[in-house]
Amino acid sequence: MQAAKLSSVASAVPVPGATAEIVPFRPPVRPLLERLGETSRQVASVVLPPLIVISLTLLVWQLLCSEPGAPLPPPSKVVADAWDFIVDPFYDNGGVDKGAFWQLTRSLGRVSIGFSLAAVVGVALGVLIGQSTWAMRGLDPIFQVLRTIPPLAWLPLSLAGFRDAHPSAIFVIFITSIWPIIINTSVGVRNIPQDYRNVAAVVRLSWWEVFWKITLPATVPYIFTGLRIGVGLSWLAIVAAEMLIGGVGIGFFIWDAWNSSRISDIIVALVYIGLVGFLLDKLIATVGHFVSHGVAAQ
Amino acid sequence: MDKTYLKFEQIGMSFRRGQMATEVLRDIDLSIAQGEFVSLIGHSGCGKSTLLNILGGLLESTTGEVFLEGKVVDEPGPDRAIVFQNHSLLPWLTVYGNVAIAVDKVFGSTKNRSERHDWVMHNLELVQMAQASDKRPHEISGGMKQRVGIARALAMQPKVLLMDEPFGALDALTRAHLQDSVMDIHARLGNTVLMITHDVDEAVLLSDRVVMMTNGPSATIGEILDVGLARPRCRLELATDAEYARCRAAVLEFLYARHRVPTRAAA
Repeated sequence: MQAAKLSSVASAVPVPGATAEIVPFRPPVRPLLERLGETSRQVASVVLPPLIVISLTLLVWQLLCSEPGAPLPPPSKVVADAWDFIVDPFYDNGGVDKGAFWQLTRSLGRVSIGFSLAAVVGVALGVLIGQSTWAMRGLDPIFQVLRTIPPLAWLPLSLAGFRDAHPSAIFVIFITSIWPIIINTSVGVRNIPQDYRNVAAVVRLSWWEVFWKITLPATVPYIFTGLRIGVGLSWLAIVAAEMLIGGVGIGFFIWDAWNSSRISDIIVALVYIGLVGFLLDKLIATVGHFVSHGVAAQ
Repeated sequence: MDKTYLKFEQIGMSFRRGQMATEVLRDIDLSIAQGEFVSLIGHSGCGKSTLLNILGGLLESTTGEVFLEGKVVDEPGPDRAIVFQNHSLLPWLTVYGNVAIAVDKVFGSTKNRSERHDWVMHNLELVQMAQASDKRPHEISGGMKQRVGIARALAMQPKVLLMDEPFGALDALTRAHLQDSVMDIHARLGNTVLMITHDVDEAVLLSDRVVMMTNGPSATIGEILDVGLARPRCRLELATDAEYARCRAAVLEFLYARHRVPTRAAA
């Protein structure tokens, strides 16, 4: 005990002439099996909870809807009924009798046109009312009222205006998704720090250079917040709009299935719609993350 | 030496808010020679930053004019580059990009692409940041960001370098390190510098003259101190230097004995 204490004191005092040997530090290498086990445990902790919850939900659903005369089919019957629809998304029997892939791509096509228009016009208007107090005072009250109008309320008016179903659906997408884009962009422009404007002023950037090199990059995180909300809203709106305008598209597919009492097809279509909406949101978030060098989505 | 390279003439500044007008600055007269390093020191709210922003062209004075090389200053420009207190780097650009945005604009017509690249790298080397040129601002420390801010300002080859409390947000060790860098750069390039500071030691160490401001509202120049210390200056030797002690005492006496902040304003 005494000796150990003495030696620890001695080692704290530098001894002249003593050379310290440099020992390389090697982190202990753990066996492969142990590392694999740890990785699989981590994966399991992420994957297992949703799997368990989904299985339980399906089980409860199956139990509730199994008895004869239940209003909705149980999952086993859904899969059996809609098997053709699930396994072959690419069939095309002419007319509106097409596979899920064609239905979804038609709907996505409408969304991509309407949403792209909304993105361009929305960002432009957002920058305008973000930069000009006059434009904000003039346009903001109108926007605040217009943005509360439900998407489908625009449909009759746009049918009257365009006299055609296809552009009307696109217009409904446009008018639904443009508001969050305008509002978020204008907030972003108004929140550009004065420091950035001072830098631009000292360097004497032209109006156009300020727009490209300061305003847009500084607003990108806000723009993408607006785009994410907008794409979600447009996917909500397209299903409802398609139910009314008819033709090929996942929305009318559901309406058509309802009219022919194909409840199982409806359920499968709902799952598809949910998955596509989820992917759209992730797509915009990923693009935003990439464009803003990781500054967005914080 | 020509004392009128940069000249403030009867500068006054009032901010108007509705019916109320607050006079922030009045009767500022100051001439600065080419190559001179001048510090502005004063308590918070005495209008130091306002004066710097008027020289920078970001604010327009209510009365009086600023002349640089005999020409009236009336808008911002790269001949009066500013090092901002909070570095003001653009977060979506790399260190290189932050300097390049200034260089490309200021020398776009006089230097070709490779000359501009060399000039950006030269200025980053001047502040010892060349090795971090690909990093983004959020990846580097506060001191490094301020170095890049200084490089960006120097890269514009300003006639006057304006520094608005450039080291205020840094810890003491980093600050000392950057002060040495600034002294070194000033010795090499001979810039005319106007620096705002709160720090008495910093003001005396770096400056040829220390301009002391009275308290606001209606602040003006209270006193100007000539710092008679030979350059290059070494902070270790100055600790025991009689002239350094005299200057330091003079500034302290001005700030804390004669122009003490009323307790109301200090809160």
